Amino acid sequence: MTVKIDRELCIRCTGCVAVCPVGALDYQGNRIVVDPKKCTDCNICAKFCPMHALSVPGKPIKD
Amino acid sequence: MKEEYDVVVIGGGPAGTTAGRYAAENGASVLVVEKRDEIGAPKRCGEGLSSHAMELIGIKPEPTWAIQELEGAYVYAPSGKSVEARFTETAGYIIERKMFDKKLAYMAVDAGAEVLAGTRATSLIKEDGKITGVELLTFDEQKVKAKAKVVIGADGVESLTARWAGLNSSHKLTDICSSFQFEMGGLKLRDPHMLEIYMGNKVAPGGYVWVFPKGENRANVGIGLRANLPGRAYKYLVDFIKNHPGLKNGSVIEINGGGVPVGEPLETLVTDGFMVIGDAAHQVNAIHGGGIKEAIIAGRIAGKVAAEAVKKGDASKEVLKKYEDEWYSTEGNNLKRIVKLRRVVEQLSDDDLNFLAENIDGDTIIKLTQASKFTALAKILSKRPSLLRYVPLLLK
Repeated sequence: MTVKIDRELCIRCTGCVAVCPVGALDYQGNRIVVDPKKCTDCNICAKFCPMHALSVPGKPIKD
Repeated sequence: MKEEYDVVVIGGGPAGTTAGRYAAENGASVLVVEKRDEIGAPKRCGEGLSSHAMELIGIKPEPTWAIQELEGAYVYAPSGKSVEARFTETAGYIIERKMFDKKLAYMAVDAGAEVLAGTRATSLIKEDGKITGVELLTFDEQKVKAKAKVVIGADGVESLTARWAGLNSSHKLTDICSSFQFEMGGLKLRDPHMLEIYMGNKVAPGGYVWVFPKGENRANVGIGLRANLPGRAYKYLVDFIKNHPGLKNGSVIEINGGGVPVGEPLETLVTDGFMVIGDAAHQVNAIHGGGIKEAIIAGRIAGKVAAEAVKKGDASKEVLKKYEDEWYSTEGNNLKRIVKLRRVVEQLSDDDLNFLAENIDGDTIIKLTQASKFTALAKILSKRPSLLRYVPLLLK
């Protein structure tokens, strides 16, 4: 599994890139990309996202 | 683009272009790359800047980018009471980042630096443990290498260069704010020359809501929340606007978001052949989240030190450490104290904040944001038994 990015919600602020502890997220070609080989499903980016655009399947974030 | 430069700066925000400019002015050949296609956009910023910060890098406010002069701020407690804090020593402005960042980029170019937007660093080149260049991906997908005597990481809150250089720059959720902002028109502002700051655990837990005027009826309306708390910045802000009579009928012109580092700056800012500056180094004033001034101060010092290292032919961390030492003594130590202040303020209940609003004056608020008058705040806290425990945290 890996974190999923809702492209309609994402405003490409790159806050998730900042908080990712393993450097799995990056900003490339005007969008946020995730490297599934690095992603550990830790959910920190999803907790951070100001738009609720990131989610790890099975780990809902409460508002 | 050339194959080799004295200094390569990664990131074209205020930190990067200021570093590039000062390195070039001091004789270095410089390349500044920016990963986004446009320098200055999208902004991730409330756009407030003091004229003092402008003076530091030798610029004067110009109407093209210094679009609204500020006289101070109204700071609102949860009770609705506001404390009026007037700027006395320095004027403030709301700036248009899209224009301001470009101005700084043009200044770097005019000083002799080469600036290249749409170009992303993909890795650092290392030889014998020293950083000696960067690998880049240009906007037309060309993989190129640029050798450098000094690489400066100015790649923002999401910095990867500092991590590649072996510096621990990831953010703890307790030390970063999740921020969201609308630029709005059609507002009714209390005073278009005053910032409005709203505090309280119902409006913005661990942070605040800001209304920063960009004109008579226009403003950046934004929120920062501490990222480890549940809740969405977006939802809190929409609720706030809905319940604010002067904002609820406004129109949304632009949507911005981002992360704001509010922890201590990185302890180590240099390694062999590498320096980190600006948001990438967590150089932000943690009480209000402002980072432009910090970015340009660090950029100016780092740019000069990089040029000196080039002249000396020695870019070892011992030589580059001059930047770290100078930055910590002029700015960094103050910023560390302000983090203590932030850690106290964010623990205050709404009752505590209401109590503060009854007891604090505007000048003290302004001085607190400049790392002074901590004892004045401690005296106020000492008046309320439940707040006594914060006094040692503030003064230690």
